[in-house]
Order: sequence, then structure tokens, then C-alpha cells
Amino acid sequence: MATDTESDAAARSTASDATGDDGPDSDPERVTFGWDGLRAGFLACLPVAVGVGGYGVAFGVLANQAGLSLAEAALMSMTVFAGASQIIAVELWADPIPIAAIVATTFAVNVRYSLMGAALQPWFRHLSPSQIYSSLVLMADENWALSMQELASGSRRGAFLLGSGVALWLCWVGSTILGVLAGESVGDPAQYGVDFILAAVFVALAVELWDGRSTLAPWLVALATSVLAANALPGQWYIPLGGFAAAVVEVVRHDG
Amino acid sequence: MADVLSLEPLVVGVILAMTVVTVIAKVGGIWLVRHVEVSDRLQAGLDVLPGAIVIAVLGPELAAGGPAEWGAAALVLVVMWRTESIVLALVTGVVAVVSLRTLL
Repeated sequence: MATDTESDAAARSTASDATGDDGPDSDPERVTFGWDGLRAGFLACLPVAVGVGGYGVAFGVLANQAGLSLAEAALMSMTVFAGASQIIAVELWADPIPIAAIVATTFAVNVRYSLMGAALQPWFRHLSPSQIYSSLVLMADENWALSMQELASGSRRGAFLLGSGVALWLCWVGSTILGVLAGESVGDPAQYGVDFILAAVFVALAVELWDGRSTLAPWLVALATSVLAANALPGQWYIPLGGFAAAVVEVVRHDG
Repeated sequence: MADVLSLEPLVVGVILAMTVVTVIAKVGGIWLVRHVEVSDRLQAGLDVLPGAIVIAVLGPELAAGGPAEWGAAALVLVVMWRTESIVLALVTGVVAVVSLRTLL
């Protein structure tokens, strides 16, 4: 994985400022995939990953209470690696295991990642399939947000998502194990503000992605749709619906 | 508690099924846009996705919060806008939300 030795600096010098446009679509050829981005993503995500560890501990505690063994909880964190869906799954856990409900809910909670992944296409379109798909398997809300922030600010380090995903994955699996072992002696992670980190990352990201007045209409559509859908529908359907509604409005508006 | 190293076949099966649908969710979207011809019009729609999804995550989350979360979010916005430092913005947000929750 990531043995590509082409450095970001070399690629930057071969294809420098073709346009003055700062939009997410500007000169995507410059996106590279190397150690530089991998390391930058890993280091940038470490503080966030430690915070996410608070949720990993919470998941471990819940998994333990649901009757999963240490090995089973750790396996789920290693392979599923999608926090909200894992926490919901162990909350649904019962004897006998409601398999269909758990698997369907997991998909519903995680289907937002389809749109989040598709949103990276403007930057990723010239990376190889193995680079794209290995990065996306380690995609979570936090490192997607950090990577969007990185790429939207003009960086072309395509391995940033993978590097930040590795940092998150290590903390997620490690903290799951801690949580199972700690059992019920752990308090509420909300008292340390850990639960606010994700919202803070997204506010910062919104500031970064603001692109002037043209952004206003799709964002208002996304806001209204998601708030209405969150009240009307179960799970996290409001996220794909909000994004989808904004994209549809933009498609209709285009050239119009 | 179950033996720490026990891996029940049924439990492992459910975990693997969860893994499969999660991987499909994670890679499915970009797979589609890479394999389907994308017109300029569709591209315009895809370009607004990043911001729209950020807003869709944030909207209901903040709507479900209270004055402490709103105040902290406003501080993150101002710090990010002024300094463009994500670390500074995050630290401000977490400190602010903890302080506001105790004060309010």
C-alpha cells in the first residue's frame, strides 16, 4: 500500500498554476498520491483521532454490555470501521440476533458515505482505482472532513485521506479494546466535550467550502431538507437526502 | 462475560455482513460517478455536494443542540474564518462547549 514514490513537490513543479481559479475543480491533475500526503494526513488527524477514541471507548463498553467478546468487538471495529453504525448495531443486539435489522440499519446509517466519497471525485479523478478504493475503505466522517478541508484549501496531496484514515483506524480499534476492558467503569464522554468535535470539524469545513453567493441556494436547500428529514425519517437518511436535494437543485439551475 | 477471545460463527457472520454493506456504501458513490458519463450539468450538481453534505450533517445536529452548542459553533466559525487554523478552531470549540455547558 502507498509505495508510490512520486513526491508532491515534483508533481507540483511540473503542473504549476494553470489557472488562477481556486474552486474544487481547478486543475485536478495536480493531485498526487505519496508519502508526503500520507504522513501529513496521519499527523493532522492524530488529535482528532484521540478525541474519537472517546467514542471508541463508549462503543467498547456498549459492545461488552451487549455480550460481545473482546475479539468480536475488536473485529467489528477493524472491519466495519463506522462508529455510529456500530454503536447502533450493538444497541439493536439481542438473542436471537436480529440479523436483517442490524445489516439494513448499518447500510442506512452508512449510505451517506456514498455521497461523501462521490464528493471527492473532483480531486480523485486521476488517481488509480487501488489508491481511491483503499482510501475510501478507511473513510470516516472525521477524516473525510479533514481531507475535504485540506483539498478545498488548494492542497493536492491525495494520500491525505488514507493517512488520516490510518490514524483514525488505529485509535478506533485501540479504544474499542480499552472500552471492552474498562467495562462499565467509564463515564459519559460528553462531559469532556468530545461529542462536540465532529460538529466543530464540520463548522470549520463549512467556512472553508463557502464559495460566495452561488453557494447560498444549494446550502439553504440542504439545510431545510436535512432538518425536515431528520424529524420525519429514522436513522441518518437526512444526510444523503440533504446532499441529494442540493445537487438536484444545482443541476436544475445550471445554465438556467 | 463471554470468553475474551471467543469468536462465535454467527456473530462473525453478522459482523462480516455489516462490513460488506459498509464497504459498498463507502465506495459505491465514487464507483458510480467514475463509471457513468458525467455531463457538465451533472458535474455542477456534484460540485455542490461537499458543502451541501457538510450543511446536511450540521443542520440537524445543531438544531438538536442548545445554546451551549450554538455558541460554541459560532465561536468555531469566527475563529476559523479569522485564522484559517483548524486546530485552533477545534480547541476553541471544545473548550467553549464544555465551559458553556457548565455556565448555562
